[in-house]
Amino acid sequence: MIPAPFTYRRAASVDHAIELAAGAGEDAKFLAGGHSLMPLMKLRLAVPDTLVDIGRIGELSHISEHDGQVAIGAMTTHDEIARSGVLAASVPLLAQVAGRIGDPQVRHCGTIGGSLAHADPAADLPAVMLALDATLVARGPAGTREIGAADFFLGLFETVLAPAELLTEIRIPKPASAAWSFQKFSKRGIDWAIVGVAVQGGNVGLVNMGSTPLRASVTEQALASGASPEAAAAHAAEGTSPADDLNAPRAYREHLARVLVRRALDEAGTRA
Amino acid sequence: MKVTVTVNGDEVAADVPDRTLLVHFLRDVAGLTATNVGCDTSSCGACTVLLDGRSVKSCTVLAAQADERSVTTAEGLSDGSGELHQVQRAFRAEHGLQCGFCTPGMVMASVSLLAENPSPTEDEVRTALEGNLCRCTGYHNIVRAVLAAASERRPN
Amino acid sequence: MSILGTRVLRTEDPRLLTDGGTYVDDVRDPELGRAARVTFVRSPVAHALITGIDTSAAKKAAGVIAVLTAADMDDLPPPPPDSGLTGTEGLPFPLGGVWSEPLLAVDRVRFVGEPVAIVITDDRYQGEDAAELVSVDYDPLSVVVGFDRALADDSLLFPEAGTNVAVSTETPAEGTAFDACEVVVERTITNQRLAPVPMEGRAVAARWADEKLTVWASTQNAQIARFILAGAMGLDPAKIRVVAPDVGGGFGAKIGVDRDGLIVAWAAKHTGRAVRWSETRSENLLAMTHGRAQRQIIKIGGNRDGRILAYRLEILQDTGAFLRLGGFLPFLTSLMAAGPYDIAQVQTSYRVIVSNTAPINAYRGAGRPEATAAIERAIDLFAGEIGMDPGEVRRINLVPADKFPFTSPCGATYDTGDYIGALDKVLAGAGYDELRAEQAARRQRGDVRQLGIGLASYVEITAADADGGETARLVVHDDGTATVYTGSSAHGQGHHTAWAMLVEAELGIPMDKVTVIHGDTDLIPGGVGTYASRSLQLGGVAVQKAAVEVREQARALAAEMLEASEADLELDVDRGVWQVRGDPATTTTWAQVAAHAGEAGLAADVNYTDGKPTFPFGTHLAVTEVDTETGQARLIRHVTIDDAGTVLNPVLAEGQRHGGIAQGVAQALLEEMVYDEEGNPVTGTLVDYAIVTAAELPSFELLSSETPAAINPLGAKGIGEAGTIGATPAAQNSVIDAVSHLGVRHIDMPLTPARVWAAISEAREAR
Repeated sequence: MIPAPFTYRRAASVDHAIELAAGAGEDAKFLAGGHSLMPLMKLRLAVPDTLVDIGRIGELSHISEHDGQVAIGAMTTHDEIARSGVLAASVPLLAQVAGRIGDPQVRHCGTIGGSLAHADPAADLPAVMLALDATLVARGPAGTREIGAADFFLGLFETVLAPAELLTEIRIPKPASAAWSFQKFSKRGIDWAIVGVAVQGGNVGLVNMGSTPLRASVTEQALASGASPEAAAAHAAEGTSPADDLNAPRAYREHLARVLVRRALDEAGTRA
Repeated sequence: MKVTVTVNGDEVAADVPDRTLLVHFLRDVAGLTATNVGCDTSSCGACTVLLDGRSVKSCTVLAAQADERSVTTAEGLSDGSGELHQVQRAFRAEHGLQCGFCTPGMVMASVSLLAENPSPTEDEVRTALEGNLCRCTGYHNIVRAVLAAASERRPN
Repeated sequence: MSILGTRVLRTEDPRLLTDGGTYVDDVRDPELGRAARVTFVRSPVAHALITGIDTSAAKKAAGVIAVLTAADMDDLPPPPPDSGLTGTEGLPFPLGGVWSEPLLAVDRVRFVGEPVAIVITDDRYQGEDAAELVSVDYDPLSVVVGFDRALADDSLLFPEAGTNVAVSTETPAEGTAFDACEVVVERTITNQRLAPVPMEGRAVAARWADEKLTVWASTQNAQIARFILAGAMGLDPAKIRVVAPDVGGGFGAKIGVDRDGLIVAWAAKHTGRAVRWSETRSENLLAMTHGRAQRQIIKIGGNRDGRILAYRLEILQDTGAFLRLGGFLPFLTSLMAAGPYDIAQVQTSYRVIVSNTAPINAYRGAGRPEATAAIERAIDLFAGEIGMDPGEVRRINLVPADKFPFTSPCGATYDTGDYIGALDKVLAGAGYDELRAEQAARRQRGDVRQLGIGLASYVEITAADADGGETARLVVHDDGTATVYTGSSAHGQGHHTAWAMLVEAELGIPMDKVTVIHGDTDLIPGGVGTYASRSLQLGGVAVQKAAVEVREQARALAAEMLEASEADLELDVDRGVWQVRGDPATTTTWAQVAAHAGEAGLAADVNYTDGKPTFPFGTHLAVTEVDTETGQARLIRHVTIDDAGTVLNPVLAEGQRHGGIAQGVAQALLEEMVYDEEGNPVTGTLVDYAIVTAAELPSFELLSSETPAAINPLGAKGIGEAGTIGATPAAQNSVIDAVSHLGVRHIDMPLTPARVWAAISEAREAR
């Protein structure tokens, strides 16, 4: 339950963080809230030799809105997001989901950037980013780039981020539709989702139906062609590849996806 | 590396290995053993303390991350006079502890909950404490204790 | 008015709340000074020969003091001979001989997590690093997981034994037992493997100095721990001191001291260094003993009028890789198989198999939850078959109040009880008729969320080892305070409060002047400790008897001091003074009396037993809501009676019931310790081993019932395990009840959403 030895470095700014990580080589990791990384390190499933702590970089923690877009600093905690008046008004889907990640202690430390960079397909936020058509801003040794959420997640715990490249900001276009819902199915409240569904307008994001977050694209197409929520939801599992694991056989996950998408669409409809 | 943490109002400074967990800094360096380690997957909450006033799981935070910040542990709740803190009193009054191992973390989580939500419903208390595991009490009296503490604070 | 029976807050709490208590890892005793840390190297494979252990790299790592294996254990006595106790002749306690369990593994490992080596370092961080450097060569053997693999006997854990069946009783022939039954239902069900998960794991610190071994252990029984240490280490018990500081939960899994604890104690003696060990949660889930793990064939028969005529229970007990208490548990299950029912014919048998999994031992209920879960499922299956209300079936078959003491066909004599009264009170208290009406309404409407109501009536055996008795020493000091030295060993039960109440009630010495001490063999050399829900009825009664003896000694002394006859001396319990009858001005205090006792002191030593177990009972009713589209079950109400005789302190009794209910419900709905076919634990952390949180439970509704025990002056039976025993089947039955209208007859525990949904789907397809 003790991480393997590593060197701790504290970054004073984004550029400093990149410099420290680039200088340390392949085995450096950024330490954000630590609530995805530290558990792995304590079980020695991750053994970086350098940790670059970005927790004191003030510019990475902010929530602002302008020009029809909400911008959230990558180091903004789940708790800050849950409490944000700006987000409650403009992107309530995100505010609600953040308020139910883990437990209060986790939410006080865990950050949106940390969660997204960790890319656990069972986590709630990645699917929410897909449903919100978010753009992720990253800065690294090669400069700054903007990455669409749909292009960001490559596989299990794998993103397009290069070594020493740091997520700095998440930009969310203010949703046109007031219809949103998040349905999360787990054994206990604190568990990872067995299956989760994030709906924003006609976008349907799926949690834990594959090695990355997914869009229920056949459902979305059906909705766009005027299908009812029930009819559209019947397609929810198409194009997905859910795991067979301790909590759920594959067929059960597919069934849950259909049920939860229908419930999410129904609930979103009441808000439209 | 050198880490300086203000723990229960006192500055504690030490040179510790970079990988030192905050919980071990508190237990072994600051000598405050109320905060316990109950798991290795950040599941149980026995290690909960306040970091700059907000509840965190100290087993999942590096001492380095708490450098130059302030921590409150269960020992720091009473004002030093030997009197129990109001939440601790409520835990006693409602028999909210049996073996006591989860209790410091449970109390700190409750203090943090009431700071953020002074009038929680029973459901809100139960949800807010889902990161704090107890094997002895079945949570029934813990929930009563938190609700009693909340109710005691409400102006009539 | 006596303080007994009143709500008294715990004296333990101020200390626990302000300084967090002192558990083994908190102990800063000077004797432990710069204690070194022990880190275990454990087998990552379930079944293999050890062909080599290379400690050279580990020995060179930073901070390493020693790396030890079985080869270093040449300073220990040989393992115990075969005890010869098996099956029907006696109680199948741990068998020695070919079934022996070593300390550090010698040439073979039999479960993932079995200790193979230890690394001793200056600090724990270095210990984890160095342990990774120990290199062990394993030659894999065929893995045995599950009952069928074990019974096949093609891969043997103990080749010299010739079989994986360690204990078996004769299987009685069914004969004509079921011939007269109009209806017979048979089913194979599972009582799944659980992990006890006390919030504090196992922890041991030890020091060997001046030819004496001092061991601090997170234990429920310091004296038994000393006895085990003496045998294992070949030491005179007088050379061993065991101290149980605060203990963070035990639930039966911390009885005495276990194999890993013995290794730590040996390491202290072997190296001459003070050492300490606190296991991680992963180690705890791997290598602390597990509980339950029975496969049960149940068969129940009776008539359509609801009368049950015959019940048969065949048990397969998985005891894991080594026989700890695993052999004894199905004996208790068989003893209590008939439950609280008057059934003419009851047949039981059991077999115990070994498998490449962690050993099974006591876990809250220890054999009795398994009995109750089996018969309560059988009752519901029978009720379903004859189309009668499950409450009504129970009422018809419960032992009526005028038949006590009642000896069941299994050989247990139930002392006192009011089983039908408990059932009726719970049904009334829960509003049973209204619940059934709500259920019917939801079924009629075809609601997605259906309601289930589950019952369990139970009787359980506490102080099963009553013969062992319990000790108490009471000393009154010349400052008017008193000290109780108790053989009981609380780990959350609040004995210090309860025993102080007993002293105040008997002697009038106020509770805040009574100190209770437990768990130190230097101070309390004789005692049994706390398990089997025995402490109040044995340890508490011992305290009361000691108080009575002290009172009579004091009477003689006070008579001397006040120059009156003993017959004229009265103890005013309310004021805590001795006075001469009719002359209230002539008094003497406890302090004065104790001072007068001089060198001899004012003290009594009691070793008490009434020699008989007692039988608490009750009924639980669980209400669950099941989402029939997802299979998710949520417990929304839980109503109970748990009658353990006269209640000494309702606060403490309620706490025990709450905790038991939570663990019982958790077995029904959430928990299971799972191994894959290769013997790898799948639920090896608290992320996957799903213990219940506050968010999954409602507040509980506890109703009162006190049917005193006849055999001790406190009227007390044991409450500690009763809640667990009643809650599990009630919760299981309620979820199945919620979907029974869809054709579901049975779902094995834990009733996870996936399992419930699978049952609903199968039932739908079958229609």
